[in-house]
Amino acid sequence: MTQYSVSVHITPRKGILDPQGKAVEGALHSLGFEKVRDVHVGRYIVVETDARNEQEALASVQTMCERLLANPVTEDFEIESAAER
Amino acid sequence: MKFGIVTFPGSNCDYDAYRAVVDSFGEEAVYIWHKDHDLQDSDVIILPGGFSYGDYLRPGAIARFSPVMQEVIGHARRGAPVLGICNGFQIACEAGLLPGALLRNESLQFVSAPVTLRVENADSIFTSAYEKGQLLTVPIAHGDGRYTADAATLETLESSDRILFRYTDEAGKLSPSANPNGSMNAIAGIVSAEGNVLGMMPHPERALDSKLGSADGRALFESVLERVAA
Repeated sequence: MTQYSVSVHITPRKGILDPQGKAVEGALHSLGFEKVRDVHVGRYIVVETDARNEQEALASVQTMCERLLANPVTEDFEIESAAER
Repeated sequence: MKFGIVTFPGSNCDYDAYRAVVDSFGEEAVYIWHKDHDLQDSDVIILPGGFSYGDYLRPGAIARFSPVMQEVIGHARRGAPVLGICNGFQIACEAGLLPGALLRNESLQFVSAPVTLRVENADSIFTSAYEKGQLLTVPIAHGDGRYTADAATLETLESSDRILFRYTDEAGKLSPSANPNGSMNAIAGIVSAEGNVLGMMPHPERALDSKLGSADGRALFESVLERVAA
């Protein structure tokens, strides 16, 4: 078994109203960042897990996302990396 | 009739629900700790409001894995009534007992206020003591009440009359300003396909006495008492 650190990005699904993102976008505009077109606020989760190999670590985090970490109705997720520790 | 009220760590409307059942209707109620597996022969399960597990991750996301939820899901699968109020609605959605999800209010504000609801379907076990189109005043108190579902789910809810309550203005008209959280189709409460699981963001258990603002929640409990006993 090796220890892996797996990072996941969870974001509101495109097309679903994201008032938090809109509020941040408005604040950025008032700070002078007029070129900002869109902001989405999501979550970044780091899972430290034991696994036999990277593939297994990724597969188990994939299942975690589907079952708990992301809401399948409203959120998308992307597993960024699985780094050996 | 016996009501089982589930207490999760962070529930804060379990006591309101208990008092509603016992004091206002003289029925029996028991608290069920979320780690228990015994529903104590309850006829109706109430998933009360609050902030189970501090709303960590998403409201209801962790509570759904509490041991008692296996039994609550079994109770629902047997066709027995489950009433999810506020956080209970969020938990019921996370547990897959109801479709959709409750997201952060469009205003990003926690809203604690009486709102107007329109009864959309008075044939359910939860609404038979109301009239279709009746307007109710019931309080809400939530920060994550924006009902959201995909287009196909909304279509199914609409065409099968599973939306029991909608937010309207005092004249019974739909309007964005009368929708306190930005819910799709102004949805305040829905039932499962079998009609035995109700999820609603407003608090009928806090609207049982006109001296305290409104008694419009009474008919919901009366409906359950009449229809479930029958």
